[in-house]
Amino acid sequence: MDAESLLLSLELASGSGQGLSPDRRASLLTSLTLVKRDYRYDRVLFWGRILGLVADYYIAQGLSEDQLAPRKTLYSLNCMEWSLLPPATEEMVVQTSVLKGRFMGDPSHEYEHTELQKMSEGEKVFEEEVVVQIKEETRLVSVIDQIDKAVAVIPRGALFKTPFGPIHVNRTFEGLSLSEAKKLSSYFHFKEPVELKNKTLLEKADLDPSLDFMDPLEHDIPKGSWSIQMERGNALVVLRSLLWPGLTFFHAPRTKNYGYIYVGTGEKNIDLPFML
Amino acid sequence: MGDPSPDPEPQPQQPSSRRSSQVPQRRSRELSLPQPSISEEVPQTPFDGPAMQSSQGILASQTNLQDWSSGPPLTAQENLAMYPTEEAQLGGVEYPSLNMGFPSELQPQPYLEEGGMQASRNVSLMLQQLQQGQGSLFQQLDSTYLETQPDYLGQFNMYQGEDLQFDQGVPHGPYMRDDPTLQYSPSELGFMPFSAEVPEPEPRELAVQNAKAYLLQTSAGCSLSLYEHLVNLLTKILNQRPEDPLSILESLNRTTQREWFHPKLDTMRDDPELEPTYEMAERQKGLFLRSSAGGEGEQEMEEEVAETAVPNIMETAFYFEQAGVGLSSDESFRIFMALKQLVEQQPIHTCRFWGKILGLSRNYLVAEVEFREGEEEGEEEEVEEMMEGGEGLDPHGEEEGEEDEEKVTDVIPKPMWRPPPIVPKEESRSGTNKYLYFVCNEPGRPWTRLPHVTPLQIVQARKIKKFFTGYLDAPIVSFPPFPGNEANYLRAQIARISAATHISPLGFYQFSEEEGDEEEEGGAGRDSYEENPDFEGIPVLELVDSMANWVHHTQHILPQGRCTWVNPLQKLEEEEELGEEEEKADEGVEEVEQEVGPPLLTPLSEDAEIMHISPWTARLSCSLCPQYSVAVVRSNLWPGAYAYASGKKFENLYIGWGHKYSPENFNPPLPAPIQHEYPSSPDVMEMSDPTVEEEQALKAAQEQALAAAEEEEEDEEEDEDEDLDD
Repeated sequence: MDAESLLLSLELASGSGQGLSPDRRASLLTSLTLVKRDYRYDRVLFWGRILGLVADYYIAQGLSEDQLAPRKTLYSLNCMEWSLLPPATEEMVVQTSVLKGRFMGDPSHEYEHTELQKMSEGEKVFEEEVVVQIKEETRLVSVIDQIDKAVAVIPRGALFKTPFGPIHVNRTFEGLSLSEAKKLSSYFHFKEPVELKNKTLLEKADLDPSLDFMDPLEHDIPKGSWSIQMERGNALVVLRSLLWPGLTFFHAPRTKNYGYIYVGTGEKNIDLPFML
Repeated sequence: MGDPSPDPEPQPQQPSSRRSSQVPQRRSRELSLPQPSISEEVPQTPFDGPAMQSSQGILASQTNLQDWSSGPPLTAQENLAMYPTEEAQLGGVEYPSLNMGFPSELQPQPYLEEGGMQASRNVSLMLQQLQQGQGSLFQQLDSTYLETQPDYLGQFNMYQGEDLQFDQGVPHGPYMRDDPTLQYSPSELGFMPFSAEVPEPEPRELAVQNAKAYLLQTSAGCSLSLYEHLVNLLTKILNQRPEDPLSILESLNRTTQREWFHPKLDTMRDDPELEPTYEMAERQKGLFLRSSAGGEGEQEMEEEVAETAVPNIMETAFYFEQAGVGLSSDESFRIFMALKQLVEQQPIHTCRFWGKILGLSRNYLVAEVEFREGEEEGEEEEVEEMMEGGEGLDPHGEEEGEEDEEKVTDVIPKPMWRPPPIVPKEESRSGTNKYLYFVCNEPGRPWTRLPHVTPLQIVQARKIKKFFTGYLDAPIVSFPPFPGNEANYLRAQIARISAATHISPLGFYQFSEEEGDEEEEGGAGRDSYEENPDFEGIPVLELVDSMANWVHHTQHILPQGRCTWVNPLQKLEEEEELGEEEEKADEGVEEVEQEVGPPLLTPLSEDAEIMHISPWTARLSCSLCPQYSVAVVRSNLWPGAYAYASGKKFENLYIGWGHKYSPENFNPPLPAPIQHEYPSSPDVMEMSDPTVEEEQALKAAQEQALAAAEEEEEDEEEDEDEDLDD
């Protein structure tokens, strides 16, 4: 959610039951403004909160002019002091995929994971158990990246693409209409499109290239991994991801208010196919 | 501005055809007129753009130029009115090219073409049009092209009469030759260059007028002209003054167009899309209105100020908000009003907001309720009676079946399998059914009561993991099959969550002063508690430090599915009396062990860990001001379960999906192993069925035997006949 409309967004997203306490809210309002100034971001988003056993991580993201450029992620333990996280790489994701369980809450905590690695000594090749240490910070980075790639949502029309390439916020976005708001096809993944080029020409003919340049949520696998609900009697549309429980996207139709927030344990719900 | 381009194409067909009939006449008339009159020009008058809805505007300008008094019939009468009757002489009149009349498809039209370069201009124009391949004009262009070549005056016969204007200005051509703008081909010229270079004011006014007339052409599919659209667009921009309008020009354009075609509905008509919103708002309005009429207002006030069963939701919400948990304050208030409505409708003794369970289509708001003493739940009794009646029928069925079977020679062996004994459910107001639960989907909707939970449902609920859809009558499709629908599953989950996560500070509740409870059969321990009037409150820091300061105040659910253990086999023996003939399958009676769970009011420090993680996380709500903080405890086993305590107050809340946390993946139970086949005994022997060949062989053999028997008979008859004959 946009740091500028933080209070309103938190209120709209409160249907999932997780929010922020007043002291955190106040600290965020102050500190995010400072972050924007210090790092020269165009827009700062409050991404959410990852619940750890000892402490919680508060995550923010900074965007540059081009909305789809890789975002910079910052974390904080007290909503006041923010530290920049390194960008996520493929190896990080692979490395941390073996880690399970809750986050500790201490960024310097190291997970120990025993692996069987083939070691060769001379001519002998044997497997040895190697204890690999993975830092929690790495895990944090890769989890945030996975969540972003999988379930960060933006409504159709909120961003538009100019012929020169960069993607801008659409200042004439008036919100989705009620009928559009109930359909999953009006929401896009907030990341570089992956499925778009696989579409047939017939499908592409109906798309507007300045608005439809991201993947819609409609064809997500598994089908039904999004729960779409109207709250407050049709005045608010709430999308909740079932794959990463804790991610809530809200949008008030016919207004400009929209945003998403993740408040959860940072674990994927692998049991989803059994639960539907 | 690609959009209007296809539209004007059909348009000019008609006017041009009209023009074609009218124009030649006029042209011939014009020829006879002396030059000065031809060179009249109507001075610029600012006429209203929107009023000029037809392309006749261009026609009007032309006719006004040539022979205003001849007044050709125009469809748009107001055009005549627009033009004042003044006639001004043009000095060196340069007629701007009025190409835009007929080639309206060609967007950047050089209306400012001067008459001087007529021939070359027209040729280049034709060429350009030819290049652009405007099909509709092609034939026309061809004809005009051919005609223009040899003869200037021949242009008068063209139905695209506008071109004729320039020809009359031929003598004045030299003036314009020096104009650098004329060097360019028509397509490169925009509107602007003309205005900078024109030596004479009048032609410029004429040009502007013509340009405006062109812009006022309406597009084919609608009555909107480009001029009007641009006016709307610019008005919108000037009114709203957005920042950096150039970057959002396309969106503004699109929005303006859309607004024209989709105007706001009448204020008298309802917007169909917003119907459900208004409906919901109406329903919620009912919550807020007081039910009583004015006269009884005072009495009601007094009653309400006294003790009411409705809890102070707002206070609880405030404390939970300090912890960063809970719904927004207006949502909490609406829940409060809904609970108040519930209390008024049902005979409720105590009520508590249990929490919110999220579902796929809708959510559930759950209220935990205790009925007043003596208020029996009528529904439950009826259901029980039905069940007992059902059970009574079965034994009869069995007896009849037995009689029938005895008559049949082959006795079908009785299956050895017996359904496992049903553990009886707990009584109301005890164990898992201590409280009644009401659910509703949204505040304002009616509350529905959930049925009591049976131990079997709890046992099965432990084995499955399903999302709630939000509809109470939705079936639960799962393996192992869940005995019930979503309402039962919901109730089972609520029971499990309550048993696991309802906690209170140590000392808030104490056991009532009764002894001898421990001697009860089953050793279930005490199952009742009462508030401790001497509770002093535990300092928040201590509450956060040690889990021993919190206790469970709900009973643990045993693996059997109940809170107090019941030996299922005892019941079974009672039922056995009906069917004594049946073998007693439990000769080797399975010794069922008594199940024991932790007693009531066990501290949290005794809770089992989940993979080396403590099942509870305790925090101060605000680390910046510990003196006013609230102690918050979060369950790691049931994500979404929270409890807070501060001073003498405490409360539990659950907001979540309703599932337990498990570090491993969910593994559904495998199907049961295949049952053994019935062992062969002299009574029942298994044989293989004869194959088709064997059957056919048998049939053939039988037929042969029959045939042989018949032959013998015939032979005998013959013999007899022969004997007779003899």
